Parts: sequence; structure tokens; C-alpha cells
Amino acid sequence: MRQSILDGASDTATTLAQQAVAAGVSPLDAINNGYVPGMQEVGEQFAKGQMFLPDMMASAEAMRAAMTVLDPELKKLGKERPMSGVVVLGTTKGDIHEIGKTLVGTLLTASGFRVHDLGVDVAGEKFAAKARELNADIVGVSALLTTTMRNQRGVIEALDKAGLRSQVKVMVGGAPVSRRWAEEIGADGYAKDAMSAVDLAREFMQQKTPNAVTGRT
Amino acid sequence: MRPKFELLDKPLIERILEEAFQLIDDPGVRVAPYVVDLLRAAGVTVKDGVAHIPEPLARRLLDLAPRGFCLYDRSGKPAVRYGGDDVHFDPGSSCLNILDSQTQQPRPAMSADLVRMVQVAEMLPQFAAQSTAMVCNDVPQDIGDWYRLLLVLWYSEKPVVSGAFSAASLHTLVELLAIEAGGHEALRRQPRAVLDVCPSPPLNWSEFGSQNLVDLARAGVPAEIVSMPLAGATAPVTLAGSVVQHAAECISGIAIHQLAQPGAPIVWGGAPAIFDMRTGKTPMGAIETVMLDLGCTQVGKHLGLPTHAYLVAGDGRVIDAQVEMESGMSAVLGALAGINMISGAGMLDFLACHSIEKLVIDAEAIASAQRLIEGVVPRTATLAVDMFAQTGLRGDFLTLQETRSLFRKEQHFPSSVIDRGLAGTDGTPDILTRARLRVDELLSAYQRHALPPECEKEIIAFAQREGEKAGLEGLPEILKPEPTHEAGLMR
Repeated sequence: MRQSILDGASDTATTLAQQAVAAGVSPLDAINNGYVPGMQEVGEQFAKGQMFLPDMMASAEAMRAAMTVLDPELKKLGKERPMSGVVVLGTTKGDIHEIGKTLVGTLLTASGFRVHDLGVDVAGEKFAAKARELNADIVGVSALLTTTMRNQRGVIEALDKAGLRSQVKVMVGGAPVSRRWAEEIGADGYAKDAMSAVDLAREFMQQKTPNAVTGRT
Repeated sequence: MRPKFELLDKPLIERILEEAFQLIDDPGVRVAPYVVDLLRAAGVTVKDGVAHIPEPLARRLLDLAPRGFCLYDRSGKPAVRYGGDDVHFDPGSSCLNILDSQTQQPRPAMSADLVRMVQVAEMLPQFAAQSTAMVCNDVPQDIGDWYRLLLVLWYSEKPVVSGAFSAASLHTLVELLAIEAGGHEALRRQPRAVLDVCPSPPLNWSEFGSQNLVDLARAGVPAEIVSMPLAGATAPVTLAGSVVQHAAECISGIAIHQLAQPGAPIVWGGAPAIFDMRTGKTPMGAIETVMLDLGCTQVGKHLGLPTHAYLVAGDGRVIDAQVEMESGMSAVLGALAGINMISGAGMLDFLACHSIEKLVIDAEAIASAQRLIEGVVPRTATLAVDMFAQTGLRGDFLTLQETRSLFRKEQHFPSSVIDRGLAGTDGTPDILTRARLRVDELLSAYQRHALPPECEKEIIAFAQREGEKAGLEGLPEILKPEPTHEAGLMR
């Protein structure tokens, strides 16, 4: 299972999940001891520059394929996969670039977060409304352009205005974004790439509820 | 012979165009409602926001686009010629951050920074045009685009590469240009600026892009398409595939533009880049990014259109050997490729940061590139024999009349930024120190030439009116805000 994730082999991941179910292996056991270590290793390899983005996307897709088999089995048992947190994601107003934000969403999902992707060209109020609706833990705002990056500030202001700022952690990212910018606009964190966005999200959840990453069901 | 570099052979260019024409028909190009009627009236099928442009129509419209045009300086002289193999450079544009001259740390750019950069670029002959280089963080966001143009028009006499940040604000930019030109007709006759218009990859002319194309065509202000395929992310991973996408975005943009106003000036331009598969960054200094620029512009030149590219930018975060290696290499290659306007000088950190010190260093690389494309010219009746006839084997060429009359044409003399052992440079061994000194020297020598008084008055009145709508007090770097009553009392 771990290897199927590392190889980005969706078919193998699916087959192994089906075999595990047929053999009576606990779905949670398959997830936590089979597939999740694979994703963790993917993250480590990517951080070291030993794995490339297309390979990482394939790994995330393999993880999704395995979960397509295992999620219904968990439900049958009246359980849910431990959920790391709820994230509302989107690209800021005026910006229609998807790629970075989608990458982050894919990896967060593969890492156990429940992700709601608002898409592109999203106004601050929309982020705030969805965060309230889902009782989100984290809002992630992407921007590719220097001109639209400034609208990330508007998302934080909208969360503030909606009275949600203290409950929601805000992370920002995108090609022109820097740690300094994140600090300047009052974001809680800056992620330089998709994998560090996952690390940052985990760190946020640890700060919010120290047991959340491993145990919220 | 003018030295030239071509990356693509003719059969490959033809394949690229063949596929580009195929793409604009199927799957087609996403367009905004603003241009749907225009396209339908020309016989284009538009379904669910996607235009399917047939090749014969696209080719006819490409033929209508002018093969060349000029940008004029403030005095009305043609100063930049788009078309053919003419090569010009301008600084990179729209940066939010500047590398602080003293600390060499990035910080948000302010209007005073833009003015300094404009003044330095004004003094450097390597830059035929200015750019609206920075977004001024001390100006309200909604007026950021026209305010930077105002500052450039105020402090520079050179042509300008600029652009609007939204569909709505384009009107204000055009209005400013018209006031400076002496009216809309004068602006149409002698445009001083070219305005960038960006499609969104892949194959999407958004509301902003579509409307800018049409409005610029009708205003007679030259448009510069800046297509930005990111190879492997928002475009095919292969360089050839991304060049196809760039061509399809440019052809569809030109089609919309020419339908709005046949014969309106437009540039085949772009800022393509590869998508680094380890980091997700878009390195402007990568050789593959440079190859994309060269490939894309070569296709435009093959069609006989004016061209633009984004080069002379580096990816390191400080002024160092990496940044200057990347910038210098691409300056040389861009010049050899005969690209009409090469934007990007001064920029580093993946276009996230500008630096005035880097601009003066880049100017030296550009000067070398400009010297290179002058080529090796036979300037004397015999190349060497007549000179040898005078000196024999003594070898005292230094005393020859030819030496004295021709050395200035043969040799380019770099400024004190380049260490050639010139007095005053050997005591400052690092290039950053020499660049800082050069910036100071250029700023001291800069003198602003005022616009005609009536024109200045009109520009100020217009800017104050537009600025007030966005809550701007005064006009930063032009007029200080009026002191308020309370402030007066406090004094």
C-alpha cells in the first residue's frame, strides 16, 4: 500500500484496498498503517527535492483512489476517517489561476483534511460565508499575480468583519507571496509550496486543538 | 551582417501554427460576453462562452494587423519602432516590492521608489522605453494602475509600456495619455504608450482581457498581448506545446482586436515560463523559459508581426552572480532573436522584486547585447592590409588615423559599474557598491523637463479628481496633500 502511493499507482492502490476489504483488514488499519505512511514519505521526499510535482499529484490521486474503496467500508462500520481539519480554499478576487490552490487542496485532502474549494476569483465575503457555514478551521487564500495578491488582505478583513477571525487560521500562498507579506496583512501563516501548506495546516490544528490531527472523528 | 539567433526551423514553426489554428477552432477559446456579439457578427460560433474561430477568418484578421508601428516620445519624435528586427529594452513592470537600496532587503514599493527608478531609466540610453515598473503601496489599490502611469508621464519623456489592472480603469489610463498627447486624435496619431493585455492560460480571454483588447483597439492605443503559458501547469509541459498555446492565445486575441478595429496596432508578446516541478515556481531565468520566449517570438516574426518578450530577469533574491548570469544571458539571446521590446530588466526573485541597482547592472548587459547585434562591420576599404601598409611590422596601430576615427564605433565603453580597472572603480571591488554609486550619479544628473503648463494643470486636475474618488490625499511625488484645518491648528 505504501509503495502504491509512492509510485502514484492508482490502480494498484485500488486493488490493494479491495483485497484488504475482502481479507477483512480493518479499513482504518489500512489507511493509517498502509496508505498514510506512503503520503508521509511523499511529503518528506518532496521537501528534500527528491520528488517532483507531477509524481506527487499522482501519489495524491492514488490516495484518493484507495479512499474511494475504503470510505464506504468505514461508513458501513459506522466510522469516519480521522479528519485533520476543515479547510476552505480559493484564489483571491480578480485572479483566475487555479494550479497552486488545486495542488494544495489535493494534498490537504490526501492528508486527511476536509477541503472545500471555492474556486477562483473569490471575494473575501465568500470566504467568510463558507468558513461560517462549514465551521472551518482554516482558510487558505492563493494569488498568482502581484496585483491580486493585495486582495488577500480583503479576505482577512472579511473574516474579521464576520467575527470569525479568532476561530479561523488564515494561510496565504502563491508565486509573489512572501512570509513578510503574510505578516504585513495579518495572516497566520505563509506556505511557500503545496507540501509546506500541509505542514502549516497540521501546525495550525495542533495549535487549535492539540489532539485534532490524530483524532477528530 | 546582423548576427541572429533562431531556435525553430521553418517546418516546426508551420506545425506550431497549424496546431494553434486547430486549437482556436477546437476546443476553441473561452471569451467574455463583452466580445460575443463582435465574434458572432464575423461568423464565429460562440457556445457556452467558448468561441470557435475558423482558421480562414483568423488568417484574414492576422493579415489586417499592422506589420509595424512607432511609439513616440513626449516631443513627438518616433522613439521605439515595433516591427522587423528592431530591438528595444524597458524595465520590468508591476512589481509590488523593491530591494531597498541601503539594506538590500525587499520591502513594499512606494511612489518615491517608482520615481527614482523612472529617473534612473530616463538617464540610461539602453532603455528606449519606460515601464510602469512598480505598484505604489502608498496609493489606494483601486487607482494603482493609472497612478503609476501618471508618475511615469510626469518624470519621463520616453515611450511607456504600461497596462490597466481592470476593465474599468483602462478608460482612466487612456484619458491620461490623451491629456498628455493633446487629445484622443493626437494620441491615436502618435501614441506614446503600449498597454499590456493578458489572456489567462489556457486559452481564456476573460472579461478584463477581452474588454481591454476591444477598448484599446477603438482608442487607437497600441495593445501588447502578454500570453503567459506555464509549461507543465497551465500549458503543455513540452516547450513546443507551450509555444503552440502561446500562438493560439495571441492569434485569438489579435482576431478579437482586429474585429473591433481593423488595422489597430497590436504586439505578439508574452511572458511564458516553465513550471518548476520541484518547487512550483516559475523561474524567469531558466534557460527553458528563455527558449519559450525565443520560440514564441519567432512564430510572431514568421507572421510578420511586432514582438515582445519578458527577459533580463533573474530568480535569485539578492543581486548576485546567479541573478546577473541569468539576466545577462537572456539579454543577449533576446537581442540576437530580434525581439522588438524586451521587458524585465531590474527584476529578480521570480518577478516578485525590483531593484534600481540591478537595473543599472542589467543596463550594462543590455549595452553589450546591443553592441553584439551591431555585428562585425567592414568599416575600411581593406580590412587590415591598408593599415599594415602604414605600420609595417612595427605594430604601432595606436597612432593610426583609422584607430582614432573608428575605435568609438568598434568598442563599447561600459560605465563604472563594470570593473575594467578604470580609476575610481578599482577601489570598489564589488559590483553592488559600484551600482549604488552609479544610481546616485544618475539621479544627481537627472533633470525633470516639465510638460507645457496648461497640460500639467489639466493632468493635475484630472488626477486629483480621480484620486479623490479613491480617497487619495494630494498626489504623492507630485503634489503634497493640502494641510487639513486641524493640522493647521496643531502647527
